Amino acid sequence: MRKLFIPNDTSAVAMGSNLVANRFEELIKNKSLDIQIIRNGSRGMFWLEPLVEFESDFKRFGFQSVDLSEVESILEFICDDSFDAALNKHPKFLGETESIEYFKKQQRLSFFRSGLGDPLCIDHYSSLEGFTGLKKALEMQPQQIVDEVKNSGLRGRGGAAFPTGIKWQTVLDTAHSKKYIVCNADEGDSGTFADRLLMESDPYQLIEGMIIAGLAVNANQGYIYLRSEYPFAHATLNTAISRCYAEGILGQNVLGKKICFELEVRLGAGAYICGEETSLLESLEGKRGLVRSKPPLPAIEGLFGCPTVVNNVLTLGAISTILCKGSDYYKNYGTGRSRGTLPVQLSGNIKRGGLIEIPFGISLREIVEDFGGGTFSGNPVKAIQVGGPLGAFVDRDKWDTPMDYEAFSAINSMIGHGGIVVFDDQINMFDQARFAMEFCAIESCGKCTPCRIGSTRGLEVLDKISSKKDVEDNLILLEELCDTMEHSSLCAMGGMTPFPVKSAVELYKEDFT
Amino acid sequence: MIEFYTPQKDLGTPESAEHEMVSLYIDGKSVEVKKGTSVMRAAAENGVKIPKLCATDSLESFGSCRMCLVEIEGKRGYPASCTTPVEAGMKVFTQTNKLESLRKNVMELYISDHPLDCLTCPTNGDCELQDTAGEVGLRSVRYGFEGENHLVADKDESNPYFTFDPSKCIVCSRCVRACEETQGTFALTIDGRGFDSKVSFGDADSFMESDCVSCGACVAACPTATLTENSIIDKGKPEHSVITTCAYCGVGCSFQAEMKGNEVIRMTPNKNGQANEGHACVKGRFAFGYATHKDRIINPMIRESIDLPWKQVSWEEATSFAASKLKLIQKNHGVGSIGAISSSRCTNEEVYLVQKMVRMGFGNNNIDTCARVCHSPTGFGLKTTLGESAGTQTFESVSKADVIIVMGANPTEAHPVFGSRLKRRLRQGAKLIVIDPRKIELVNAPHIKAEHHLPVRPGTNVTVLNSMAHVILTENLHSEDYILERCDQNEFNEWVSFISESRHSPEETESQSGVPADELRSAARLYANGGNGAIFYGLGVTEHSQGSTAVMAIANLAMLTGNLGREGVGVNPLRGQNNVQGSCDMGSFPHELPGYRHISIDESREIFETEWGVNLDSEPGLRIPNMFDSAIEGQFKGLYCQGEDIAQSDPNTQHVEMALKSLDCLIVQDIFLNETAKFAHVFLPGASFLEKDGTFTNAERRISRVRQAIPPLSGKADWEATLALANELGCDMSYDHPSEIMDEISRLTPTFNGVSYEKLDELGSIQWPCNETVPEGTPIMHVDTFVKGKGSFALTEYIASEEKANRRFPLLLTTGRILSQYNVGAQTRRTKNVSWHEEDTLEIHPHDAEDRGIRHGDWVGIKSRVGETVLHAKITSKVKPGVVYTTFHHPVSGANVITTDNSDWATNCPEYKVTAVQVSKVSAPSNWQIQQKKFDAKQKDFLSEAKV
Ligand SMILES: Cc1cc2nc3c(=O)[nH]c(=O)nc-3n(C[C@H](O)[C@H](O)[C@H](O)COP(=O)(O)O)c2cc1C
Ligand code: SF4
Ligand code: SF4
Ligand code: SF4
Ligand code: SF4
Ligand code: FES
Repeated sequence: MRKLFIPNDTSAVAMGSNLVANRFEELIKNKSLDIQIIRNGSRGMFWLEPLVEFESDFKRFGFQSVDLSEVESILEFICDDSFDAALNKHPKFLGETESIEYFKKQQRLSFFRSGLGDPLCIDHYSSLEGFTGLKKALEMQPQQIVDEVKNSGLRGRGGAAFPTGIKWQTVLDTAHSKKYIVCNADEGDSGTFADRLLMESDPYQLIEGMIIAGLAVNANQGYIYLRSEYPFAHATLNTAISRCYAEGILGQNVLGKKICFELEVRLGAGAYICGEETSLLESLEGKRGLVRSKPPLPAIEGLFGCPTVVNNVLTLGAISTILCKGSDYYKNYGTGRSRGTLPVQLSGNIKRGGLIEIPFGISLREIVEDFGGGTFSGNPVKAIQVGGPLGAFVDRDKWDTPMDYEAFSAINSMIGHGGIVVFDDQINMFDQARFAMEFCAIESCGKCTPCRIGSTRGLEVLDKISSKKDVEDNLILLEELCDTMEHSSLCAMGGMTPFPVKSAVELYKEDFT
Repeated sequence: MIEFYTPQKDLGTPESAEHEMVSLYIDGKSVEVKKGTSVMRAAAENGVKIPKLCATDSLESFGSCRMCLVEIEGKRGYPASCTTPVEAGMKVFTQTNKLESLRKNVMELYISDHPLDCLTCPTNGDCELQDTAGEVGLRSVRYGFEGENHLVADKDESNPYFTFDPSKCIVCSRCVRACEETQGTFALTIDGRGFDSKVSFGDADSFMESDCVSCGACVAACPTATLTENSIIDKGKPEHSVITTCAYCGVGCSFQAEMKGNEVIRMTPNKNGQANEGHACVKGRFAFGYATHKDRIINPMIRESIDLPWKQVSWEEATSFAASKLKLIQKNHGVGSIGAISSSRCTNEEVYLVQKMVRMGFGNNNIDTCARVCHSPTGFGLKTTLGESAGTQTFESVSKADVIIVMGANPTEAHPVFGSRLKRRLRQGAKLIVIDPRKIELVNAPHIKAEHHLPVRPGTNVTVLNSMAHVILTENLHSEDYILERCDQNEFNEWVSFISESRHSPEETESQSGVPADELRSAARLYANGGNGAIFYGLGVTEHSQGSTAVMAIANLAMLTGNLGREGVGVNPLRGQNNVQGSCDMGSFPHELPGYRHISIDESREIFETEWGVNLDSEPGLRIPNMFDSAIEGQFKGLYCQGEDIAQSDPNTQHVEMALKSLDCLIVQDIFLNETAKFAHVFLPGASFLEKDGTFTNAERRISRVRQAIPPLSGKADWEATLALANELGCDMSYDHPSEIMDEISRLTPTFNGVSYEKLDELGSIQWPCNETVPEGTPIMHVDTFVKGKGSFALTEYIASEEKANRRFPLLLTTGRILSQYNVGAQTRRTKNVSWHEEDTLEIHPHDAEDRGIRHGDWVGIKSRVGETVLHAKITSKVKPGVVYTTFHHPVSGANVITTDNSDWATNCPEYKVTAVQVSKVSAPSNWQIQQKKFDAKQKDFLSEAKV
């Protein structure tokens, strides 16, 4: 039997993959063909979606951006017994999927399963090293697991890049009868989608990571706090979780051991700030998503006052790899204090947007120019914003900076969740600065004064500048306001909004005067 | 001495509970503070002030205003000092150029959304925003004032005591947090996000429509004029103040009475008050206006008969008139024909003086107190079992309790400040068992849910308590070692064979009490196994035919589980009136001298005989109900009644009225012409608590000072009036100040030996016993042994009340009170608290109402064996079917017209809590109400004639 793979993740569906799949099914039935359709996850090459693949000789061959009208011809094509990849003539034929440069150049550790098969098939997952890490962890002492994570050099992929092993150590060391593992899946940064991709295309990896985290710190309850706009990820996770319960992977006896781990998905409140970990915890407790002041750290007093690990989806995802392959293996990738791989999410005005998992150390320019292929419009790149809506615009002459946490902070920027948004020269940077300030005014939780009042005043000052009112004075005031917000805000929302604003003013002064 | 008004000191964050000390450097100076202290508090304790707006030391730190930033060597950025705990060796800098500019810039943001009307603002000069703007040196607002703002937000003036003006709000959340943390009501929230964040009332549109109980905690916490007392808006800032004690309930909150000249402007709860720690309720904080109400009577009055108008006279004339009447009565009817009733509303010194006058001047023991009608069973029951007639704990001890039983009490209404403490502990995770016929608030309050509610049928408390003991014993959950070490074994063994009889099993008592057996079993197990178990009970336990039995059954339970003698456990009566404990301590019982010493014991009598220089009668005198009976029989002819309205508060009103009418001389001393005074021949104007010096003793045996804030309106404080009367009667006594009376009390009473006004000034308050061995008092009693030596298990046989529901009177009426009103309401009815409770209503279950065709708001007649009255019906499932409930705050309600003469077997405490009644729809007031109205009108005429 031949196998046909049609992705079923949100971005492929948005490009019409469900319609395409239906059409295939219909034709296969009508013609009584011996072809099995597998709805796989996405390979993360969004500009190629819907990317239809078929398997031959254990190799996968792809057709890009498949249109309904092309379904029939593709079927004919792949049913042709004389099929020879090298000789294909179909206009959408891509050849071997994994030979695509974009894909080949990546180093997929966390996303290596993504798009290979049915994300919800436990056997498929297990056949690709799934649950190997968990099985190893079940034979280890909590401290040994924590040591592995420490040794891997893994840092939080949610934004703050805090060393995961140290966080876990704190939770492990805090004595309490109840502890929690909370996965931050609120993925709010504009232009980011890696969390969603992982949850939709390889949900068991996240579940495995969370169980291991539970073993490491003696927690037996996990929550996935999921962005409310991710209905498909929600359904996928829920199915995956119930299958894990049915298979004895979750529940009272994890893989037959006297270990309990319960897991539940909770839908987010739909506010950007609820991605901030303390606000997330408030929201999980059923309260308004208000940022808590630290200390106490969530690792000491988190959910319902109990010690809590809060980690991003990608952080927890990486755990299964680290346990499965060993921390040294993971640590081998990367550079400096940034170890392992980073799933970069390339979007905006870009020719080839998508997920690029690379070891730390590759430069920003390589990502935008080599992977991305320049702007979609073909115009020159004017600005690159790295690290989500709170990230700075990176100056032209800094584009050779390697993707490395320290290197980025040295240029007053940050990698954050790995989102990279590209703008061409048609963009007005005043508008971008205003947008950043407005984003803060809209998304501010309102707890602390610099952000609550400051962001609204910031907008007013910007508007005065754009209407040419006391421009010099107001630019000074804007700078002071940015300084105040940066240094006195309670959380990074107010504290980092000045980054895009200030960098826009500094780098593109001409758009302000 | 005038103490100039200063706002109470605010150290920013609460005191740390740790003991270990940590040293650090603040601005180069080495300081030492408790571990867990915030940097802000560490600085404040050492005289370094860090600007702050969202922090206040009554609330957990929050970290929202960002005014309090500091620099700490080795730490990135500018941490907020309120949320940063100290660390050993930390080097903190509170004043740097950078901090200065950050603070100034944040303040600039605040002021860009604040009205610029400081000069006309009610809190001008007492505003933290204003002060802080000054501290950080803000001089201009570069943003201008044209931007988005909240300056036109509407005021909310719905609450009678304070105004909410959101245009001045800085969204610091102090009010919200005070309502949650301090009060536990959760009436306020912040709505909206970002710039649109604003204080809101949940689903309600105004304070009055919200869940707010008007405790004022939010008003006190507000750093700006957003929440301000109306008295401050009307009259401005106070200028001097004095520390005193609330005269309402038995919590005994300490207050700073803040004044302008001789006018009290505001009552601010005292942060250092050990009973209340800075919190208060709507009564204590706001309802003090009665003290200057136009109904106050400030001149003595006399008349020959109650059918005659009053005559205003001088103090001398009034007291000599009264004395000669009393002497004449005794001459004609014998020494025992007169007596007195002292008041739990008055000070210890005043109560002591009244009983002294009776014993010395009347020459008999006919002295009783209004505690007779509330907590006399507590005195008897606890003395019998444990050896001391008082609660065993401090309120604070509840913070260590793990399982809390609340029985026959409704703390959130009747003891609100303790209620808030209790709720705080419950929110922290302590478990709650409620034993009460009604679904009181605690059964299901915000963030609180009782583990068990045992809805006992009125009158069957003892069966429930016995069943609990039965379960604990038969399931072997009792503390054997504790009992062996601390209790009398013979009594215990006897009790074991009694209580293990199967008739006490919950399955057997279920049909009587209406409490499901399995629920009772789980409750008993929880109390026995759940860690520190503390019991709090109220009048719902004592005011029964079996009140004393129930109190002893409670003590049994506590001894059985080893829950006595340390923090977090104990047996605690919640006293109704401010000085119930004190009036009992002061010997105002017909059988007991001060300090609970029986009058028949020669040695006890001799101590007083020596001091007073007279011989004392060794025979106990008349109790209040005996006085009434004897009056009706014609033997008891003269009564001096201080500060108590027996005509309204005692049961079976018609019987009481008949007794009062039979008297030849009734002397009433009160601040208003109360219901009893309408039957009086002599009226002596009383002084409110603001007008005198003295002490009150609260439910935790805490003696606190009452300090004179304003001079007595009538020229005499109550103790001076009693003294004058006693002197007229020929008693040789003289005091220049109440402190001298206290000195005499402490000389004569072992448990008070160490108490003096000097020491009270020094310590703030003292919990008796206080003497040489425990010079600073006794927060927890029975620590190593029981006061009586070995604890006594009492046999608590349940003897059903005579008062039973039957075909004619099928419903059981029980009574209680509500938060905003106080007892007979003489005071609270004369304040704006009537906004919450204009009238007493009859609560009735929908089923019972349905059966009788009663709709919400209908007039209903409530008829018992002794009388009938008419109230509006309120249909609610807070009461269970078969039970009806009313409050007794308004005289026209005549709640006590229907209550009966049944009373506790041991102490005669009336059975207010159970009256069998029938309820039916009616169209007119009852006969009694019509008569009462007429009588009232006539007496008011007599009063106004006296005035001209
Ligand atoms: C305004 C704001 C929004 C954030 N949103 C997210 C988010 O959507 N997802 C996420 O994983 N972390 C987010 N973070 C970071 C979290 O606070 C936190 O650092 C993270 O969940 C920790 O996990 P990690 O150590 O695995 O990165 C946000 C932080 C801020 C200040
Ligand atoms: S910086 Fe903004 S989002 Fe963060 S706590 Fe302050 S108001 Fe809330
Ligand atoms: S007065 Fe008391 S109950 Fe009312 S809102 Fe304020 S704190 Fe809450
Ligand atoms: S009303 Fe007062 S306490 Fe409440 S948020 Fe506003 S300023 Fe703060
Ligand atoms: S709780 Fe009692 S003592 Fe305290 S203020 Fe209220 S009435 Fe007064
Ligand atoms: S006082 Fe510390 S942040 Fe407000």
